[in-house]
This record gives sequence, structure tokens and C-alpha cells, in this order.
Amino acid sequence: MIQEDMITLSQREIADDIFELKLQGEISGEISEPGQFVHIRVGSESGSVAPLLRRPISICTADQRHQQLTLIYRSTGLGTQLLSHAVKGQKIDVFGPLGHGFPVGAVSEGGRALLIGGGVGVPPLYGLSQALADKGVQITHVLGFRSEKDIFYENEFAELGETIILTEDGTNGRVGRVTDVLADLDFDVAYACGPLPMLIAVQKMITSKPLYLSMEQRMGCGIGACMACAVHTVNPNDDKGYRRVCCDGPVFRAGEVELC
Amino acid sequence: MLDVHLPGLDLKNPVMPASGCFAFGAEYGKLYDLNQLGAIIIKAATLEARFGNPTPRVAETPGGMLNAIGLQNPGVDKIISHELPRLAKYDVPIIANIAGSEMSDYVRTAEKMSKDPVVKALELNISCPNVKHGGILFGTVPEVAAELTARVKAVSEKPVYVKLSPNVTDIVAMALAVEQAGADGLSMINTLLGMRIDLKTQKPILANKTGGLSGPAIKPVAIRMIYEVSQKVKIPIIGIGGIQNADDVIEYFLAGARAVAIGTANFINPFVCMEIIHDLPKKLEAMHIDDINELVGRSWKK
Repeated sequence: MIQEDMITLSQREIADDIFELKLQGEISGEISEPGQFVHIRVGSESGSVAPLLRRPISICTADQRHQQLTLIYRSTGLGTQLLSHAVKGQKIDVFGPLGHGFPVGAVSEGGRALLIGGGVGVPPLYGLSQALADKGVQITHVLGFRSEKDIFYENEFAELGETIILTEDGTNGRVGRVTDVLADLDFDVAYACGPLPMLIAVQKMITSKPLYLSMEQRMGCGIGACMACAVHTVNPNDDKGYRRVCCDGPVFRAGEVELC
Repeated sequence: MLDVHLPGLDLKNPVMPASGCFAFGAEYGKLYDLNQLGAIIIKAATLEARFGNPTPRVAETPGGMLNAIGLQNPGVDKIISHELPRLAKYDVPIIANIAGSEMSDYVRTAEKMSKDPVVKALELNISCPNVKHGGILFGTVPEVAAELTARVKAVSEKPVYVKLSPNVTDIVAMALAVEQAGADGLSMINTLLGMRIDLKTQKPILANKTGGLSGPAIKPVAIRMIYEVSQKVKIPIIGIGGIQNADDVIEYFLAGARAVAIGTANFINPFVCMEIIHDLPKKLEAMHIDDINELVGRSWKK
């Protein structure tokens, strides 16, 4: 984990308020698992204290050979809106990589993986899918969005495996939610990232196969010191009784922590 | 140039991470050598383990953040058996922050903690706004704060610093009360009680509803309070609140602080304590100051 000024290589809006940001720097070489995240400070170059805190943003892909990092994020508040204005050549204060990501080793070569994503939870699944594809894993993606305007990386995912797109309003792909199609799919291990209600629903449906969930939580430090992101463990006899989403997660095996 | 001597604390520099913002050092210890710090104020210890409040526990505000962690900690016994031995390898004084729900909790926790050789001083947390019982109540009534200070002093083998709450009408009265009760020093300030409401849900953002405001937004409040208190008390003050850089440290010294603790800034810049320690000598040289202690209270000294 290092802190550096990464250089903006490119930035483009790839869906409604969804931005793809490519950065260059040494942090790319530190990444060990898909699903890790970086903590970004925006606006600091002006000496401003607003926004004050860093923004945790999941890593979409890391290209270690070219020292490049791709982030995909939704522009929702002050911090991410400012970030979306970063242009080529601009320096961005990045701290990372942080957290533990998806265990690629949970499925072996020739095995079948199911990747379930919802909205802005989709980006880290792309890096995971790349890593699984490199390993020779057969992949099915189930990606849910609100509407056609929110969809991104449809073709990129399709190149790596079967890709089922769902929209809540039916404007693209199948109408409905990711959980509507899970019962028909066969797999050895599943990975999910998305809004909490989606994770809860997925966890209810997938009970007999290994399932890994990436959680989201408001954070302070990002490294486990401030305890802002602590969640209860499911096992009451667990030694610690809690996990910190920032450093013990954000990816947990289903059943390890309470989803709340 | 940066040496500071306070009761129980011989510091190579006046910069220490504030309680609650640095856990027990392990996380930041992966980023830099903790030996460079003046001291470390570790996360609050309570008699029993506490999970703390439900999440969300943090919310951002302009120039500040609200937190309602709720004193999450593994309890004093586990801190003594698991956390303090890990800190023993560092040549850095450890200040143990003590919190409780009842006076007797504070006393027992302080007694246990003060016996540990790694601990060089106690910081009495009478000002946490995020726990329902105890916490801030102890820090808003001078007589209660004084009684608690006296009882902890009676059992503590180490100097006791009392961390004052800014959520009071008369901060000088609070400071004088705990000084008369035997406090060896003051830490000030703790967070200011605050709240944010989410426009979408129209409900408070924090699960605890209210939280403690920290960060640059509270620095002027802390400076004012230290300016007032340092003129009235003889015991030293550790200044806390929104410190982000060496200039802020110098401002705190001018107000009357004799050391500083850095909280929220660690989250924004994990290397901030190191950067401040590195920058301070240059700043002092530019001011033609040989010893940082010369700055203490200059804003009010004649």
C-alpha cells in the first residue's frame, strides 16, 4: 500500500453518470487480487478541505506491465463529481491498493464461475472475470442495471463469457433483477458485488455453493484504524466478533459477516 | 528544537496521533516507523469489550467529519495482553485513553492500565459524545468531572491528562475544576456534537443520529478554548482539533498548547504526522526559533 500522485491517462463517460478513469502509477504493481480498492483524495491540489475525506473506489482492472489502473465509478456527490472533471495528464492523489479482494483460487481451471453484479458494483467483477478467464475458468456474468442508459462494458464482459444483462425497466436485455435468473444457472462458485439488498437476495438464493460478496460501507481511514466500517460477524463465537470492511474485506465469504 | 517535556512524557517532538484515530498503531506501523512520533495516544479502553454503534458511523461535512464509532474496543484486559506488547518494541511513550459508563468503570480501567509499563500516562476521556451512558455527561458538569479526576488520580500510577469536551458553556470552569482535582494535564478539545440529515431519505445520516465533529472545521473553536484555558491553568495542554500541517501546530503553540495530537488528518493523509514532524524544524528556522517551547502562549503573553 502506497500513496502517490497517479497520472490521469484518460477519462470518459461510459454510461449515465458512470465514468471510466485510467491512471498510471506504481500502485498498479502492488495489486494482488481483483476486488481491492483505492482511496482517492480529490481537490487537494487547490489546498481545499472540501471534500475532506478520501473516496474509496473499487479497482476495475490493473495492468501491471504498463503500470495502469482502470477505475469505473458513478458520479454522485461532490467528490466523485470533482473526480469526473480530471483530464489527461492531471495528477490524482491515490492511496492503495487497500483491502482483500475476490479469491480467484476458489475455483480451479475448467471450473465454472458465476459473477453477479448490480449497477456500480459491476466494475470490480470485470477484473475478476479477466483473472478467471486467464486461469481457464468458464464464466457466466449476470449483470443488473436500472435502465439501458446505465449499462456499461456489455461487450467487454461478453468477450470473457456468457453475459446475461437485465434491466429493471426492460429497456435492454431481460426485464427484472439478477436474482430472477440465478435458479437456472449451473456453477461451482459465485461472486457478487452490488447494492446491499441485492447481496442479501443473492445470499438467500445461493446456499449450497461457495459465494463471495463484496460489501460497501462508509469509511474513514481505509486501513482498519478508525473502525468506521466495522460489521458484525455471523458466528457468535468468532474471536473478534467483527470485521472491518476496509481491511478484512471488502470481499467476504457469504455467511462470514452480517449483511446490514 | 522539538523536544517537549510534560508530566510523565519526555517527547522527542510534540506530535502524536489522537486517540481513536490510530487504533493501537498496527495499521499505521505498516506505513512508517512509529519511533519517529512524539507519542501515541491509543484508542479508548473501556472495562468490557464494546462493538460500538451501528453503521453508518461517519459522515462528511465541509471541512470536517462526523463520527459516531461508539468507543469500539476489545476491553482493557485484551488491550493490555494483546495490544500493548506490540507497542512495547517502539521507543515511543504510549498514552492510554480511558473511557467508561460509570465512575467505577473508569477507576478500574485506569487502575489496570496505569500499571502497565508501556503506558506512560493516562488520558481520561470524559467527553465522548457517542455513548449513551457516561461519556459526555462526565465532561459537562465541573463537579462530576472533578470527582472522576480525583478518583482516577487516587488509583493511577501514571500522570492523568483529562480530555475536555468543547460542548460546554464555560470551558475555563471545566479546566479549573479538573486541575484542582489533581489532573496533570489537559487534552483539548474532543469533538463537537453535530448532526447531518440525508436529503434523499430525510433522516439523519448517522445510525446514532448525532456524532462528533472533527477536522479543520473545528480548529478555530479549539484555538479559542486553548487560548482562554492556558491563561488560567498551570498544567500543560495537548492541543487537538483539525491540525493538518506544521503551520497549524505552530498556531496551537501560540494559543498555549505544549504538544499536539492529530486525528482526522491521518485519514486524509496517512503520512501526515511524519510530514508535520519533518516540516516543523524548517518552519521554526524561518521564524528564527531555536526551541518550539518558546512559542507556547505567545499570542497572549505580554
